[in-house]
Amino acid sequence: MKYRFFDAHITMECGSGGAASRELVEKVIFPYFRSETYSILSDASSFAFPREHGGVRSYTGRLLMTTDTYTVDPPFFPGGDIGMLSIFGTCNDLSVSGAKPQYLSVGFILEEGFEIENLTRALASMARAAEEAQVSVITGDTKVVPRGKGGGIYINTCGIGLGEASPLPEATRVRPGDTVIFSGPLGSHGIAVLAARENLALAGGIRSDVGCLYPLCATLFPLGENLRFMRDATRGGAAAVLNEIASGAGVGIEINETRVVVEEEVSVVSDLLGLNPLEIANEGVFIAIVAQAEEERAIESLRAVKGGEKAAAVGLVTEAHPGIVILETEVRGRRILGFPRGLLLPRIC
Amino acid sequence: MSTGIGKATGELADSLVRGIREYTDKIQFEVPHREIVIMEVCGTHTVALRKHGIHSLLPPHISLVSGPGCPVCVTPSSYIGNAIDLLRKNDSVLIATFGDMAKVPDERGRTLAGEAGSGRVAVIYSPADLFGLCERSGREVVFLGIGFETTVPTIASMLKAARGAGIRNLSVYCCFKLVPPALKALLRDPACAVDALLLPGHVSAILGLGPYEFIRDLYRIPAVVAGFEGLDLLTAIYMLLRQLAGGTGFIENAYTRVVKEQGNLKAVAIMEEVFAPAESLWRGLGTIPLSGLSLKPEFSDFNAEARFGLPQLTHREPAGCGCFLVIQGRLKPLDCPLFGTRCTPDRPVGPCMVSSEGACAAWFYYGASAV
Repeated sequence: MKYRFFDAHITMECGSGGAASRELVEKVIFPYFRSETYSILSDASSFAFPREHGGVRSYTGRLLMTTDTYTVDPPFFPGGDIGMLSIFGTCNDLSVSGAKPQYLSVGFILEEGFEIENLTRALASMARAAEEAQVSVITGDTKVVPRGKGGGIYINTCGIGLGEASPLPEATRVRPGDTVIFSGPLGSHGIAVLAARENLALAGGIRSDVGCLYPLCATLFPLGENLRFMRDATRGGAAAVLNEIASGAGVGIEINETRVVVEEEVSVVSDLLGLNPLEIANEGVFIAIVAQAEEERAIESLRAVKGGEKAAAVGLVTEAHPGIVILETEVRGRRILGFPRGLLLPRIC
Repeated sequence: MSTGIGKATGELADSLVRGIREYTDKIQFEVPHREIVIMEVCGTHTVALRKHGIHSLLPPHISLVSGPGCPVCVTPSSYIGNAIDLLRKNDSVLIATFGDMAKVPDERGRTLAGEAGSGRVAVIYSPADLFGLCERSGREVVFLGIGFETTVPTIASMLKAARGAGIRNLSVYCCFKLVPPALKALLRDPACAVDALLLPGHVSAILGLGPYEFIRDLYRIPAVVAGFEGLDLLTAIYMLLRQLAGGTGFIENAYTRVVKEQGNLKAVAIMEEVFAPAESLWRGLGTIPLSGLSLKPEFSDFNAEARFGLPQLTHREPAGCGCFLVIQGRLKPLDCPLFGTRCTPDRPVGPCMVSSEGACAAWFYYGASAV
């Protein structure tokens, strides 16, 4: 496609606010987000939530908001890209907080010299992700930084959603006796990104698990107050989230290593790289804490939804050793599973 | 992780643990309250034992202590200092190192990681990375040669290839060490209270069992070569206890799927082609004859020490640091006064807290045994 004020790469002028900026936004970016409701570019967009919402699920009257910035390197990796990540990641933060995502804003920081073709690739991916997640991107912003001062492309998205879970999940509601559930197999996203970044041929087949968690989370909302807490296991992996819960709620957690699901390939590659799947980032897996009495129902519900087929109960919450997460190993030994330290893979999401 | 054979592994583990307890009871019956000290020679074992939670399965009175098998931990303190001084004095030099070495402080608290701003410190993951580095950097690449018999054959092979490719801007600052002489020095020391040895898995894959025969001949204590999975470790410990209960002291191999009795003859041959045994200075153990490797005369053009006139290695323990005792199995990390207070993985005083195979780092990260 021929542009008037730039050719195949982002220039500083694209960020100046003048004609080139206008063309970038109108001709390159906006087409991916234009809709009947949002057909012109405005500084701010209004939105409304329907009074009645859904059939079975009810709107609690609370709105939730979240924001996240995406700096993943490289921007395109097996199974995904920064575009879809910026949509799903933010939607997922809302979903695990008990909300149905609805509206997003998007902010781009583009480095001078970044290929327009890669920008449109990311945009197309964002549009597809937004459609899958049933959300609308209704406002945005674009800035350009000089060559060498950015990472190609950075994206910030802010999301607003309707509260659906009642009560909303909260770490303080976690109590001894509760069951710990992992919604899927661990480790794919981090390994896929690392493999792409470091050109690791041995990890060639592994694809990121980036995806929309709302259908999975929503299937647990009917548990009501028996759904204590949810969080997606991104940076730092499951180990980080479990430790956050243990210290946030002042409880102990025990995990059984043999019940944690890891795909064979991910297991082999992480072993070779000296990484622990419990510490690797995921973008399509979350941890749910539910009342023990609802464990079976929760697992069945998750397994019936796409992406939750390998959901598993992996451990429990205890009043022993508060603040500490213990792992029971495959030989029935016990050891602490601490906050991950040392080599945390940078720019993974 | 979930492999589908979890239950079988757990049951097998249970029966090994039962066997360990029975033998321990038998030994306790003969000599009540006797503490049984098993030394895990190799740093990778220290970490594997922690990772699998083995300490939590062993009966009291069995004490697992670390040994000198962590290459970073036994390197003399002035080695890093010499490398940093070289880097600072000579603009054309680029230091290439494996990751751990970059974070160990020298006698003045400086680290190679701290010199990263010079743009002349490269962390590599394999010796093969050195070729590309030599080509691209246009500098004098000095590779920090730390490691035991496991790593040496690959490096020897790489040097042969470098010679074949006519590479002139590569040298190795040799500080390679050999395990059997260190074990000899340890066992000969009257202060040594080790009852049994868990022998290294990877080093033994190279050397075979022959070099350990002196343990049986001179000291008659049980020694078992072990693998790294949970069951491997429990099996090896079971075999050690079985020998202790029976009063025997011979070498056994519990890692037969990788370690052959005669070792890897090809690897040893390559090692001997490029390197020759030499006197070497060990943190904690002092100078031990024929316990290190230096480049043979035919490969002396790769010798960094000669090329750059590096000073002789010395060692001085940082004030209060217990590493030299930890690697001899005479001090447990938890008992070091600096552990967890002045010395943590973020602000390490000694290498045992830095190295991914260091005993102190393993204790710190995976927790003490009482869980």
